[in-house]
Amino acid sequence: MKSYVGKVLRVNLSTGKISTEDLNMENAKKYLGGRGLGSKMLLDEVDPKIDALSPENKLIVITGALTGTAVPTGGRYMVVTKSPLTGAIACSNSGGYWGPEFKNCGYDALIVEGKADKPVYLSIVDDHVEIKDAAHVWGKLVEESTDILAKESPEKSRVLVIGPAGEKLSRLAAIINDKDRAAGRSGVGAVMGSKNLKAIVVKGSTKVEVADAAKLKEVNSECLKILKENGVTGQGLPAYGTAVLVNIINEAGVHPTNNWQLSQFEKSKADKISGESMSADYLIKKNPCFRCPIACGRWVKMEGKPEGVGGPEYEPIWGFGSDCGVDSMAAIIEANFWCNEYGLDAISASSTIAAAMELYEKGYIKEADLEGGPALVWGNAPAVIEWTKRMGAKEGFIGEKLAEGSYRMCEKYGAPQISMSVKKQELPAYDPRGIQGIGIQYATSNRGGCHVRGYLISPEILGIPEQLDRFATEGKAKWTKIFQDLTAVIDSLGVCLFTSFAMGAQNYVDLYNAAAGTNHTVESILEAGERIYNVERLFNVRAGIDGTQDTLPKRLLEEPIVDGPAKDNVHKLNELLPEYYELRGWKEGAPTAETLKRLGVE
Amino acid sequence: MTIRVRLFATLREGRGKDLEIEKVQNGRELIEKLQIKEEDVAIFFVNGLHANIGVELKSGDEVSIFPPVGGG
Repeated sequence: MKSYVGKVLRVNLSTGKISTEDLNMENAKKYLGGRGLGSKMLLDEVDPKIDALSPENKLIVITGALTGTAVPTGGRYMVVTKSPLTGAIACSNSGGYWGPEFKNCGYDALIVEGKADKPVYLSIVDDHVEIKDAAHVWGKLVEESTDILAKESPEKSRVLVIGPAGEKLSRLAAIINDKDRAAGRSGVGAVMGSKNLKAIVVKGSTKVEVADAAKLKEVNSECLKILKENGVTGQGLPAYGTAVLVNIINEAGVHPTNNWQLSQFEKSKADKISGESMSADYLIKKNPCFRCPIACGRWVKMEGKPEGVGGPEYEPIWGFGSDCGVDSMAAIIEANFWCNEYGLDAISASSTIAAAMELYEKGYIKEADLEGGPALVWGNAPAVIEWTKRMGAKEGFIGEKLAEGSYRMCEKYGAPQISMSVKKQELPAYDPRGIQGIGIQYATSNRGGCHVRGYLISPEILGIPEQLDRFATEGKAKWTKIFQDLTAVIDSLGVCLFTSFAMGAQNYVDLYNAAAGTNHTVESILEAGERIYNVERLFNVRAGIDGTQDTLPKRLLEEPIVDGPAKDNVHKLNELLPEYYELRGWKEGAPTAETLKRLGVE
Repeated sequence: MTIRVRLFATLREGRGKDLEIEKVQNGRELIEKLQIKEEDVAIFFVNGLHANIGVELKSGDEVSIFPPVGGG
């Protein structure tokens, strides 16, 4: 098969041994690449019961099957490891330019093992791989670390780095590449930190080979045309970025506000933090990823940064904004910037501050605990900035607690129900009480609270590919399974999920067949997606995370929405979960032996 | 018969964002009055709930109209 390099780089930081090995092509056939292949490697190599922050955990950095090719948005890489936040499998996906540069060094994947005895970074220049001292950048923020490491590396090297949050083992720590792109979720940055690994700097000079270049060119052109002509990928996302969702989700009354106590932010306030306002008042230019015709990334104004900064996506705008009751776009941009600088997952970081605000409101956190910091009250814009910094630095009484994530923080105060999380990972910006399908996705996501494992918002709110009744439960289990399986395929190919607003399963099959020389059909590639979903689940089951954790916070199951158009609804998980398990061939949340056999999971 | 209309994204261009429209019976008449083409309407909410563009409107309804948009 082409489009793969066929090589894996293995670095053991305990022994200093650096080696390469052939990629297991049988596994590549079955698990495609990226998320799928990385999950299979983790399952084969790591005991799911280990402590995620111990040297026994491995950090698998892996590119997609189409990463580095000319395929539109084919620039993504994934970090697969055991999550210190959830204890489940982590797979965090990032764009930018680092992924293709790494693949051009001549590897599909990097497996980091063990733990260095002092801070180090990895320098990969084609087949010249070195473990280098990182004492001079340890403790430094992401932007400065990136600049220093880029300067001492070959020209046009790409830098992936952790910030102080990862160094200090915050369970919300992200890995940041190209300064403002994050493999954000599930605390993958802390796994890097636990290995004393500050950064991975890459410079590659090879090119990915494809099976049928002429055919791929033809299929690429078709896909580019589809992406350009589609209203979402050709107009909406390029013009407004993901922030365009603020008003839509808020108008629909499923935009969690004040840590999900409300489901609609005051409309005039929502408009102040919308994509429309960002484009009018803050946008400097678009900030696209590798080979992306959509260019949803933003480059925006921020006080004190005349050159501008990477702008916040819909999720952190919601998290630092509505979920904390804040209507200041300037404050959101700054809090998001500090997430990138300290290396924090902006969804979990912002949601954890929202949870802290509710703890403060209900008297669990006392004023004296704040140690002079800004009051944790709804709408306090300076608070989201300052508490993000203290969280990133793990500074002070509250900063330390915030860095553990909302679940552990709330549990410490005896109020775990205030954490709006699934499997201890903070939920994203859509209230499933008014969108039933996304709720089953949240509950069954293998990496815990997450929207991008099966973005049911597309059919339930946006009408893509067709409009479903968002309050209905009928058919939603099936939709969820199909979306989850297709998403596993897209992530494993290494293309951006946003292409699926316009492209269908057949398009991905055509791209992969032309690049790799395979003979996949829609049916066979969706089966690969299903296999991937089951391998992730198998890791979780073996880690002790079974179906009892396929649930939602009590607030969503028992407390009806109090305001807006989705008022009086709760999430009907009990109606959906048995049907979902039946469709998956799972018993009590675990794949049955027959299901694993059917899918050929060994 | 007054309908409150909220427009978003590109639909605001040349029209504004919060409008009050009178003397329209249904969604189709409303967008016609606003000179919005039907194919440019991706999401049509009446009082925050998805509605068909042909839906009958009543005084006091709030209509929110979006062109094709997405995110995540």
